[in-house]
Amino acid sequence: MLSIYCPHCAEHRDEEEFHYKGQAHIARPVDPDNCTDEEWGNYMYFRANPRGIHHEVWVHALGCRKFFNVTRDTRSYQIFESYPIGTSPAVTGEQGGQPS
Amino acid sequence: MTQLNRLSTGGRINRSKPLRFSWRGQVYSGYEGDTLASALLANGIDVVARSFKYSRPRGIIAAGAEEPNAIVQLGATEATQVPNVRATQQGLYEGLVAEPTSGWPSLEYDLMGAVGKVAGAAMPPGFYYKTFMFPESMWMTYEKFIRRAAGLGRSPVAPDPDRYEKIHQHCDVLVVGAGPAGLMAALTAARGGARVIIADEQEEMGGSLLASRELLDGGPATDWVASVLAELNEHPEVLVLPRATVNGYHDHNFLTIHERCTDHLADRAPHTQPRQRLHRVRAQWVILATGAHERPLVYGNNDVPGCMTCSAVSSYVQRYGVVPGNRLVVSTSNDGGYQAALDWYDAGRRVVAVVDARRQVASTMADALKARGITLIEGSAVLNVAGSTRVQSVEVARIDVDAHQVIGPVQTLVCDTVATSGGWSPAVHLSCHTGSRPIWRSDIIGFVPGATHEQRLEAGAVAGEFSTEGAFNSGFAAAQQALQALSIPVPQVIMPTLESVDIMPALALFHVPHTLPTSRAPKQFVDYQNDVTAAGIELSCREGFESIEHVKRYTALGFGTDQGKLGNINGMAITARARGLSIPEVGTTVFRPNYTPVSFGAIVGRDCGPLFDSKRYTAMHEWHLAQAAVFEDVGQWKRPWYFPKAGETMAQTVNRECVATRTSVGILDASTLGKIDIQGPDAREFLGRVYTNAWAKLAPGRCRYGLMCGEDGMVFDDGVTSCLADQHFLMTTTTGGAAGVLEWLEFYHQTEWPELQVYMTSVTDHWATMTISGPNSRKLLGELTDTDLSAEAFPFMSWQPMTVAGVPARVFRISFTGELSFEINVPANYGLHVWEALFERGAAYDLTPYGTETMHVLRAEKGFIIAGQDTDGSVHPHDLGMGWAVSNQKPFSFIGKRGMVRADCVRPDRKQWVGIKTRDPAVVLPEGAQGVFDPNAPIPMPMVGHITSSYWSANLNRSIAQGFVKGGHARMGETVYYPLADGSVVEAEICSPVFLDPEGERQHV
Repeated sequence: MLSIYCPHCAEHRDEEEFHYKGQAHIARPVDPDNCTDEEWGNYMYFRANPRGIHHEVWVHALGCRKFFNVTRDTRSYQIFESYPIGTSPAVTGEQGGQPS
Repeated sequence: MTQLNRLSTGGRINRSKPLRFSWRGQVYSGYEGDTLASALLANGIDVVARSFKYSRPRGIIAAGAEEPNAIVQLGATEATQVPNVRATQQGLYEGLVAEPTSGWPSLEYDLMGAVGKVAGAAMPPGFYYKTFMFPESMWMTYEKFIRRAAGLGRSPVAPDPDRYEKIHQHCDVLVVGAGPAGLMAALTAARGGARVIIADEQEEMGGSLLASRELLDGGPATDWVASVLAELNEHPEVLVLPRATVNGYHDHNFLTIHERCTDHLADRAPHTQPRQRLHRVRAQWVILATGAHERPLVYGNNDVPGCMTCSAVSSYVQRYGVVPGNRLVVSTSNDGGYQAALDWYDAGRRVVAVVDARRQVASTMADALKARGITLIEGSAVLNVAGSTRVQSVEVARIDVDAHQVIGPVQTLVCDTVATSGGWSPAVHLSCHTGSRPIWRSDIIGFVPGATHEQRLEAGAVAGEFSTEGAFNSGFAAAQQALQALSIPVPQVIMPTLESVDIMPALALFHVPHTLPTSRAPKQFVDYQNDVTAAGIELSCREGFESIEHVKRYTALGFGTDQGKLGNINGMAITARARGLSIPEVGTTVFRPNYTPVSFGAIVGRDCGPLFDSKRYTAMHEWHLAQAAVFEDVGQWKRPWYFPKAGETMAQTVNRECVATRTSVGILDASTLGKIDIQGPDAREFLGRVYTNAWAKLAPGRCRYGLMCGEDGMVFDDGVTSCLADQHFLMTTTTGGAAGVLEWLEFYHQTEWPELQVYMTSVTDHWATMTISGPNSRKLLGELTDTDLSAEAFPFMSWQPMTVAGVPARVFRISFTGELSFEINVPANYGLHVWEALFERGAAYDLTPYGTETMHVLRAEKGFIIAGQDTDGSVHPHDLGMGWAVSNQKPFSFIGKRGMVRADCVRPDRKQWVGIKTRDPAVVLPEGAQGVFDPNAPIPMPMVGHITSSYWSANLNRSIAQGFVKGGHARMGETVYYPLADGSVVEAEICSPVFLDPEGERQHV
């Protein structure tokens, strides 16, 4: 069970208090109506599946209900940082999971 | 019965406390401090099991978690049955009842034994699959008998009467294992003031020191152990957990400890005490001091009872005062094996010889042997054992380890016990659980834990420090490192003084050569629990299963409940030689949690029976109970399903409730609907973005139905949202969707539109909600409030604050039945009062309580969807014929707008939601029935959509249904057929989903 640092509560808490919400830094297109089907499909369905550094969204569902980002290694499950929504990660991998 | 193998003195047993126990229905005696295994050996019981595949008689080999044979069934009653208990790990108690798990029909006459003896050579790896898989249909039949014969124990059929617990722990340092390294590490950390947990799986803490002949500070090692434990127990921040196995090492230093609190006391846990406890520990630092397992040598017939590991012999003599035989031969490749001979000799029994594979042996241990005049045979090993239910003699010869050959004449030594040692394998299991792979160290002939990203350290034998002095030093060093990392000053600890010993390096010997090739030699067992032999492993490599992971699966090496603790390294060594590789090139298999089996009771803890899951009740629950309501689970909520009167069937009840509501007035407890309070200057804008319809102009006091879609345009929830004030809204959601919808709203607010000033919170539990519905609902409510309820003063789709039965309430004129309806919301604590007040006045109107089933029928009559029943995540509003709820005029591209205009979403032949009217009005279609246009089409028929809702409507006196039909909206009046599982075909007409009052006249009054 992961130990996740909630940047809003400023505490490490057990994974079972959190919900995983998928890849981070997926921005909703500013003008969805003028997106092609392909652009919209990419936004909706296509996600990185990196072997290594991954940026992902978690929510402290059974705590403060705040969303935040986590940088995690998908091989070792090491978590390198938790950082607020709207900020950039300090740790980045070579491929995938980069802020878009 | 006399304990013929019990010494008159010595051991750590309490001779003043004799205990009686039963094995196979016969009563024996032992002492407090015994394990079941030591007590069995004390009583001279040789055969404790039959082997898995060949059904060979097996005896106790080891003294700890690595024991592969002595697996027993425990329990004096049906309810206290425990399968697969290792006799070496079970403390003896008065009245213990144990049975073998293998040997069918009995240990003496074993049916499979006959097969094993006759066909032994013809049972290579894969035998069962190769033989019994054909015909495939018979496998289930064979399997039943094979399993019975194989000895896996049985589960109790009565409920477990004992209590189990779970506990969460946090600590600075978790020390795993209480041998010399673990105790030193814990002592150092404790003196530094760290929060320490030290757990050890054995009945008694002390590890190797308990059976050691070494003196610490000039006294017995056990004195030092006692003094350290006494000090640890005095530290308030130290938790000492004996009989507690650290079974899992999970991510981020999360470890599980299985503590057997009272398993050693009685068949049932003493009153008020838990039987077992599962500790869930988050540790800053973990120090693994898990020790090592002795490897037996692999030689012919090495499974005959009387074959043991050297350390087991020492343990039984030193710790339990049990000498499990009369004449001992030791076969070893290292100094460690000598101790068994010394202990045996000093206990007054005959050591026939110590056979050492090394030549020109020179060590302190060898000197001790010579001083006692014990025969030492160098450069040799035990090749083979004679005997069936007990060792009778051994064959010994000179061997060339490098050439894997016997190079001298074979001599026979008469003995009844063979103790072997091939060296020590560090217990690296836990270190591997988080993905770290162990590393081979040729200097210690073993794998040690590999690199890790966890805050983990190792000390003692697991780190290759096999000497007691090395264990102390590494235990201190590990604690020092952890304390420094924790910024805790390192305290003073004085190391115990030890006598110096000369050690001769061990020889890498795993598989003893035989005069015959392995395939023709007597069986040489590697994994006892699964009957894996050296020949089987070589065959596996010959047949192409070369990777150690393939060898494992082909032969079942390491698959037993002992996870190959004795046999894995030997198996790898044999694989390596067969393939001409080194052991590190072959590598290890992956160790996974749990280290030893854990009972389901410990995993479940108190989360069973009524505590399995939380239950949610509405404020009116007691009333529902008193009315004998039948309940339905909706999420965690207990909702009344229907309210039967005496003698009524469910159908009769629902029909009565449906008719009463439409003819007079019914009442529904709707408290479980999700309620989200939304406030802020941008609340209105926010609603416009998450709902498909328009919210800009909804005035305070008004209500509106909304559909919520995902970005893909598919409906996922619906409900009515009311404007309480210009910047204040109350959203309702489906009962089951409440939590998910709130998280969804927060997700968009926090990650996409943080600039919007809007605040949301769940108020579901704050309000009790009761919906009165039916032509008399206005009159009924009028009796409990002074507010003007006329259609002009209180129109449809509006809400008003008012006082109902003396309680401040919010009343909403919204309807899920299509009738004149009032949804009365009062603070939950007043719910029952208002509900009862309604019934007091309602008698005059035959006020009828109804449950979720009637609610479903009534809404289906009106063609209202239930999100999650009529939708399944692939349905957009237009599919439902609810395009009226989608506003394309809104400036912001709301969630779902872009998704529902994708090419696939605008196909005219999409499955669309329509009414289904069976030609025979008496036939109620089953929900889920698949429709076809041509019932005579060849199978598989093209299916055109399924039924989502289907009921008998008492109000319409016919069946009604809704469902999906391809292009259904343009097929009104056409016929669709439903071929059912029973072979019948139901013919139906496609129609509007609204069966009753399509103009909505009944609710607009």
